[in-house]
Order: sequence, then C-alpha cells, then structure tokens
Amino acid sequence: MTHDAGCEKCEELLQDFLDKTLGPEEVLQAEAHLDGCDYCRRRYRFEETLRRYVRVSASERMPPGLLQKLAELAEQPPRPL
Amino acid sequence: MSEEAEAADARRMATEARDRVRFEEEALGLADQVYRVARRLVGTREEAEELVQETYARAFRSWRSYSHGTNMRAWLLRILTNLNVDRGRRSQRAPDLQPLEEGDYYLANKLAAAEGEQALEQERVVERLSQSGVVDALSDLPHDFRDVVVLVDIGDFSYADAAQILDVPIGTVMSRLHRGRRLLKQTLAEETLA
Repeated sequence: MTHDAGCEKCEELLQDFLDKTLGPEEVLQAEAHLDGCDYCRRRYRFEETLRRYVRVSASERMPPGLLQKLAELAEQPPRPL
Repeated sequence: MSEEAEAADARRMATEARDRVRFEEEALGLADQVYRVARRLVGTREEAEELVQETYARAFRSWRSYSHGTNMRAWLLRILTNLNVDRGRRSQRAPDLQPLEEGDYYLANKLAAAEGEQALEQERVVERLSQSGVVDALSDLPHDFRDVVVLVDIGDFSYADAAQILDVPIGTVMSRLHRGRRLLKQTLAEETLA
C-alpha cells in the first residue's frame, strides 16, 4: 500500500471535507487525491459510514408521555414575578 | 380608556395569543430532536427527561425573548445547555489535560491492521462496532468535547449554531470537534480491538 505526503494531506482535509467546510481549492485537492488513491478512498468511505453509524446508534427517541408533559407545561399560568 | 385604545389593546392581545400558540406548536414539534441531543449530554434517560422538561418550562416562561423566524431549535438547546451547566451536571473540565490524541485515520488503520483492508467495508464496520459501544464511547468523552460532538454529529447543528449554543468562539467549536472525534475513535479502537 503506497502511503505518501498526499495521503497525509488527505487525512488532514478529510474531516472538513465531510463537513463540507473546505474552500473550493481544497475540495478539488481532496477529490483529486481520493480519485487516485484506494487507501484514502477506503478511509473516506469508512469515515462516512462511521459518522452515520454514530448518529444512528446514539439517537434515542423521546420516551412516550414526555410530549404530553411538555404540552401541559405550556398551559401552566406564568409564575408570579 | 377610549374606544380606540380599547380596540388597539384587543388587537394586541389577539396578536400575542396567536404568536404564543405558534410558539408552543413550533417548540413542541421540536421536542423529539431536543430530547435526542439532551439524552447524549447526560447520563440517564431520567436526567434527560428532567432536563428537557426544565428547558421547556423556562422556554414557555421566556418565550417573548425568542425572535420569530430565527433558529428555535438552537434557542432551545441554548437554554438546555445553560441549565445543564447550572445544575452542576458537568463537573469535569480542563480538556487540555487530555493526552494527545491519535490521527484521523487511527481507527481505520487499527481495524485494517488487525483484519485487513476489507474491515473498512460498511457491512464489516456495522458488524464490528456495537451500538452500545458507540454510546459508551460518546459518554466517555470529556464534557467539553462531548457537547460539541453531540451538537454537530448527533444534533446536526452547524459550527456557528454550536458556538452560539455553547457561548464559545467558533474556532473553539472546530478544535473541540476535531479532537473529540479523534478521542471517540481512539476509544472505539480500544474497545473493539482489545
């Protein structure tokens, strides 16, 4: 597996690339490298999968009944000052 | 009071009532999303429920300070994170004392070294990392990092929103996010490949 300075640069840019916060020039630089490098492309896909997996794993739905409790809070008269 | 003044008063009250109803509907519509973030900021389901209720109680009291048309989800989360700090749920600080974390490819490289490059394929990743492992790794993060990772990666807030919610500069959000994600991967690597 070839791993060079291009890969190091790619590793550095990858998180921002996924966040879509890179400037246009850096986007091109990252894309060009990813196009030609299996090693980094696999890691790019891995990072993408990982983020999705973290989001799904960590998302827990609101418990039943909570919404009703919140709605009741809305109806309470404001507390005296 | 003159008739005109009375009429103006009635109109104002009607407008206020309408704004209030709109506010309540919008806020309640966001409850599930607010809960999802709250759940990962605190240790237990009960604490999360309590925190969301306190947040909504305060939001309904101070609803006039919300300016219609701005990001209500961020406004609610700002209340929530402040309450969370006030309640002393976050005692741990000083993220700068954390050991220097590994690079962004750390987890991928560890998996690949142990099981070959195929270990990075989607099906294998999902097989290898357990959901509860991810949740534990998140809760192991120092609070300052966890807040940012949860807001951005679970809550889908922009850097700018997260900065506003946590009342820190955007550069701080970015550096905590980067370091927090790395620490998360480091923990996952330790858990998975122990």
